[in-house]
Amino acid sequence: MHLILFLLFAGFCLAGAINLLLQSHPINSALSLVVVMTSLAVLYLLLGAEFLAAAQIIVYSGAIMVLFTFVVMLLNAGREERTLGSRAARAVGFPAVVVILGVLATLIVHAHGLGVASLSDAITSTEDLSRVLFRELLLPFEVTSILILIAILGAVALARHGDGETPTSEERTSPK
Amino acid sequence: MTILEFFLWSLLKVAVITVVMLLGIAYTVLLERKLVGRIQNRWGPNRVGPFGLLQPLVDGAKSFLKEDLIPTAVYKPLYLIAPIIALGCALISIAVVPFGAPKMGPHGMDLFEIADVNIGLLVILGITSVGVYGIALAGWSSNNKYSLLGALRSSAQLISYELALGLSLVGVVLRAGSLNLRAIVEQQATRGIVTWNIFGGFQFVAFFIYLMAAYAETNRSPFDLPEAESELTGGYHTEYSSMKFAMFFMAEYGNMINVGCVATLLFLGGWTSPLGNLIGPPQNILVQALMPIFWFVTKVFCFLFLYVWVRGTLPRFRYDQLMNFGWRYLMPLAILNIVGTSLWLAYR
Amino acid sequence: MNSILSQEVPISWYLMLSAVLFSLGVLGFLIKRNLITVFMSIELMLNAVNLSFVTFAHQWHQVRGQIFVFFVMMVAAAEAAVGLAIIIAVFRARATLAVDRIDLMKL
Repeated sequence: MHLILFLLFAGFCLAGAINLLLQSHPINSALSLVVVMTSLAVLYLLLGAEFLAAAQIIVYSGAIMVLFTFVVMLLNAGREERTLGSRAARAVGFPAVVVILGVLATLIVHAHGLGVASLSDAITSTEDLSRVLFRELLLPFEVTSILILIAILGAVALARHGDGETPTSEERTSPK
Repeated sequence: MTILEFFLWSLLKVAVITVVMLLGIAYTVLLERKLVGRIQNRWGPNRVGPFGLLQPLVDGAKSFLKEDLIPTAVYKPLYLIAPIIALGCALISIAVVPFGAPKMGPHGMDLFEIADVNIGLLVILGITSVGVYGIALAGWSSNNKYSLLGALRSSAQLISYELALGLSLVGVVLRAGSLNLRAIVEQQATRGIVTWNIFGGFQFVAFFIYLMAAYAETNRSPFDLPEAESELTGGYHTEYSSMKFAMFFMAEYGNMINVGCVATLLFLGGWTSPLGNLIGPPQNILVQALMPIFWFVTKVFCFLFLYVWVRGTLPRFRYDQLMNFGWRYLMPLAILNIVGTSLWLAYR
Repeated sequence: MNSILSQEVPISWYLMLSAVLFSLGVLGFLIKRNLITVFMSIELMLNAVNLSFVTFAHQWHQVRGQIFVFFVMMVAAAEAAVGLAIIIAVFRARATLAVDRIDLMKL
């Protein structure tokens, strides 16, 4: 069952990611990315991270990607023009991608002691997660909240900077 | 129990609950038409069947038989998939709602809930947040300025109010110490109405916030800006006709029912009776099984009644008023509620 | 039938999926010409790394791996808010989203 679900949703992930590259309209790319993120949520669930699976759907699929589609709709950006990219990208970028993938793949294949995942594995409860988060990692948590505050202020400042014809800044600062 | 039996039982439960949900949607529409009619001093539909009770079936048949128009300028793939997303998300979230006590059916099956999930509340919130895509894509792919405006309004409104909605539920979760909907209900069920979260838990502020945010989330009056007829000729579903329009319509009412179910579970004691354990369980096994469902449905019905009542009473907000209300009043109030609840829980 | 149902998946498959997704993200970053899509490729890379974190958290039974993903999500949310605001500001100034045409430092 785990195998079937893994293959199914890993397939969705890869198909979505490849579709993101192939589509020329940003809204199609955005929807492919939503597919990737939602399938990733299922994979998290398979790995026993149920809270993260829910957070993935709520934060990524439900807030961040909605903002992306919102911006695409707002700017009504048309199809992109195909170019081959800069010379630097062609000369260094593509070989670098191949090298990264190769290195990672060799590392993973030769790694020892990696276990297996099955459906009967323990699920990390939200309680355990929050206990560690709020007791041991409280400082990073608070720092992140300050980061979010700064991001809100920054987004508001950026949005206010213009002539104010676009919608109010609140809409863009919400995906917390 | 074998896997095959499990699948068959689950399939049966899904089928039964889907049919009940669709019937519920159909009769919520009728309820709304009747009630709004009486509020506006007229009768509402009363021709088809006794008291107009067969009206929903006729309406359904009508939308099936109507011609399905697809405008030439729409972006077809998204135009076709948008109503499916909207209705799908509206129907799926009922899967984690428990309707009755955890009574064990044959083979230890849970008869009154499709799936008992540890993070049931988060699942409902997640599915609701994905439902935005139905509306947003419908508006965008219709290639119509009214639709696009409706979709833009809707996505901004839903993202904004989701925050207040989520924060208003935190107080309840703090009190229950769990995200499991069954645990939340059982925590407030001990002494009936006095221990319901809305009264005993001092969560009435949260309930008010939830109510407001839920009206905005389901695009209902007084926050029905995305489909404001007088400004946008129907908003995001302007270009939709026949069954596809009906799917948006059903999605809206399905979401109303979902919101009612969540309010019932979180604030109104779920399937438990208002008298709590003061009177013992009835002797008759059938009555014992049906009482929880009776209470659950009654509570959801009251919530839907309130929905329609508000729609018949309040005028529509302006868009900037809506945004101001959400961000300047509801969200700070929700945060205050969280702080208050946690302080109370800590120093009780 | 039960043999299929109780199949296990090696952890390395998850890691491999994550690596491939990451490479696809880098590739998208290089070949996409639309500012928003480029930004989406960054999100794809973040997601791929998140999958690795969750996988390792499962492998070593560490809750902290999952919490790191939580932090990444929060940062990604902040990043999306600011990034999209910047994209809108750029669009206002240039009326285009093609990265090839946004090649001047001054307005």
